[in-house]
Amino acid sequence: MTSTCFYFQVHQPFRIKRYRIFDVGNDRDYFGDQSERDTNNAKVFRKVAEKCYLPANRTLLELLEQHPEFKVSFSFSGVFLEQAALYAPEVIESFQRLVATGRVEVLGETYYHSLSFLHSRDEFRAQVNLHRKKIQELFGVTPTVFRNTELIYHNDLAQEVEAMGYKGILAEGADHILGWRSPNFLYNPPGSTKTKLLLKNYRLSDDIAFRFSSREWAEYPLTAPKFASWVNETNGNGNVVNLFMDYETFGEHQWEDTGIFWFLRSLPEEILRHPDNDFVTPSEAIDRYDAVAEIDVPHYVSWADVERDLSAWLSNPIQHDAMRAIYAVEHEVLESGDAHLIHDWRKLQTSDHFYYMCTKWFTDGDVHKYFSPYDSPYEAFIAYMNVLRDLRLRLDIIKQNRAAAVGVAQLISSPAYA
Amino acid sequence: MSIKVLMFGWEFPPHNSGGLGTACFGLTRALAREDVEVLFVLPKRVAVTAEYARLLFADEGTIRIQEVASSLTPYVTASRYSEEFGRIGDSLYGPTLFDEVRRYALRAREIAAREQFDIIHAHDWLSFLAGLAAKEVSGKPLVLHMHATEFDRTGGQGVNSDVYAIEQRAMQAADKIIAVSNYTKQKIVEQYGIHPEKVSVVHNGIDVEDYTHQIERLETLRANGNKVVLFTGRLTVQKGPEYFIRAAKRVLYFCPNTLFVIAGSGDMEYRLMQEAASLGISDRVLFVGFVRGAELDALYRTADLFVMPSVSEPFGITPLESVINGTPVLLSKQSGVAEVLTHALKADFWDTDELANKMVSVLEHDALQSTLSSYGSAEVHGLTWKRAAEKCVSIYHDLLFAPALVS
Repeated sequence: MTSTCFYFQVHQPFRIKRYRIFDVGNDRDYFGDQSERDTNNAKVFRKVAEKCYLPANRTLLELLEQHPEFKVSFSFSGVFLEQAALYAPEVIESFQRLVATGRVEVLGETYYHSLSFLHSRDEFRAQVNLHRKKIQELFGVTPTVFRNTELIYHNDLAQEVEAMGYKGILAEGADHILGWRSPNFLYNPPGSTKTKLLLKNYRLSDDIAFRFSSREWAEYPLTAPKFASWVNETNGNGNVVNLFMDYETFGEHQWEDTGIFWFLRSLPEEILRHPDNDFVTPSEAIDRYDAVAEIDVPHYVSWADVERDLSAWLSNPIQHDAMRAIYAVEHEVLESGDAHLIHDWRKLQTSDHFYYMCTKWFTDGDVHKYFSPYDSPYEAFIAYMNVLRDLRLRLDIIKQNRAAAVGVAQLISSPAYA
Repeated sequence: MSIKVLMFGWEFPPHNSGGLGTACFGLTRALAREDVEVLFVLPKRVAVTAEYARLLFADEGTIRIQEVASSLTPYVTASRYSEEFGRIGDSLYGPTLFDEVRRYALRAREIAAREQFDIIHAHDWLSFLAGLAAKEVSGKPLVLHMHATEFDRTGGQGVNSDVYAIEQRAMQAADKIIAVSNYTKQKIVEQYGIHPEKVSVVHNGIDVEDYTHQIERLETLRANGNKVVLFTGRLTVQKGPEYFIRAAKRVLYFCPNTLFVIAGSGDMEYRLMQEAASLGISDRVLFVGFVRGAELDALYRTADLFVMPSVSEPFGITPLESVINGTPVLLSKQSGVAEVLTHALKADFWDTDELANKMVSVLEHDALQSTLSSYGSAEVHGLTWKRAAEKCVSIYHDLLFAPALVS
């Protein structure tokens, strides 16, 4: 028996607009670019909604109606859901219709699609809880399986997430953690029997997500029967084929004219042609299949780049400095009690901001490998640090006001006025 | 068999007055190393033996230097020339710049008539008529190397129609034109009506071997926690020094401990001093005059950031020099060097707020400075003159061995 497990990541960051030093103290609308630039979040969201979310959701709904065996899972970042509500509410409704079929599982993650696990466990837990509430509110379900930002995973994450009550975690099936082992089985973290790990089959996943329209690829063009035959090959030597990818693969990364929607539309039928195949959601896979072994991950893995590590977000000095600076104010921000300020601070934790500062591919002229709305990693850093300067200014103002209030209170309660 | 090039160029460092001489030297040396024989002709006010240049190329056996007595210097304008030579009655030199350019061309014709060579290569408009004359007398193919157009030199204001005419006529007659950037190629195509296929882009380079000497930072400039932002270039409209001063005013609001050093001389010097005074920042702007060689390297090393706010910069070698000395750069987007240097900050020259925004960021964030510096340095090591020379050699080959493709 081979079960195919689809998980689609649905995320849009709140991009920072071109924010200059002269805007500090004058402009608190960090994410409200109204220009024609690609930092205009409303513009980007509506474009992706038209090209991807709406047509892909229509396709999936048809498939769910046609094939009672068909199942998928999603993880929505909180910042995606917020932007959907702001810029294209019909996107949320169409996702709600999918979840209402009962065959679409929603996973847990950090609300702000952040790297908080690396820097503050308190903040990490807070964001996971915020996300859980948001999912309950919008979809009426409670996530039981977790996926961390960009599939970043580590033994310690398993412990933390298990303590929070999740029964499973999705991670990258990177060669350097699997060795000779197959991603097509479930595993346990070291010393745990309660949590199961589902590892991405990156070859098959990336065949769709990255190579689908590549004419240099020997397997081009990729058809549904061909892909189904590769899935069939795992029959007898695996339980589950984990196809994990960005949802934007459909229509945004792979444009409609590549035939990606045709592929998606015919894939379930082709996979179901083999009598031993079926579809599962992550929690069904966890309930149905035993873990075959423990897998030790003492170093961080992610699904990004060939390195499958943290280097996309944290490899050069500007990335480290920006990351240091955002968490340096954690205590003060939370202590301020200013909901708007806290929300802005958290939106600045979204991993994409650090990704835009990456210089790994920049020199090779291979800029397209890094989707970025900025002209350079340096532009991204400058805007980010200027915004952070404004945020610190807001903190100072709050403190001053408080000090003044305390001063007045002391004055009033002093004996002269008693 | 090696190719023999008759090259019309300009005075080498340290006797040069700008990037043109640096480029001529870097390219010629690299060509010699590609086994090209170069007869390098250059104008010289008083014809003395080219002992110095011979010394420079002591290890490159294939270079010969030929000096021609002439009053031509790079960057000279017609009015400047008249001021200097116009009043002298029966001088050795021509009474106007254009007379002198023609006189130089006659001398070039004589040289071309008696020398053996395969190809002619002329650098910038002052030597273009010389190149044309050499082509006429020898029938050999002519390559023109555009380091700057009249539009760049004047910042688009007051283009001299005689200069424009010489540039255009020469480019039409030439067999191939080398532009120092895509930015310059576009100007050649759009402003001079030259077919794009006739123009090849060869970016300038820099050779690390010329910058390895140990040079100390000028610690006195950095005393009391001062940070230093550097401008270097001729103080002319083209180089945009006034934008540097206006941005400085904006930066000082955030970073009061900053010194703005202006290294260079030119027509605008007095006006710039007045501007700094009227903005009330004279104590923060230092005019240090024309600086070159080891002194300039020391300034680069002292600075936290080098700014090139040129109105129009066909290439711009100074940013490469700055980066090789470890100091990051903020470049005008209206420049050729911005095409090859990715680890640099860039802004429109007229956007003084954006210039200031980026200056403040570098001054305030050490991480930004160090990232730009280390990645930039690695990048610059790949931008060698060897690369430029290889492209020139391939252009020579195309002209000499595949002429059918050219016409």
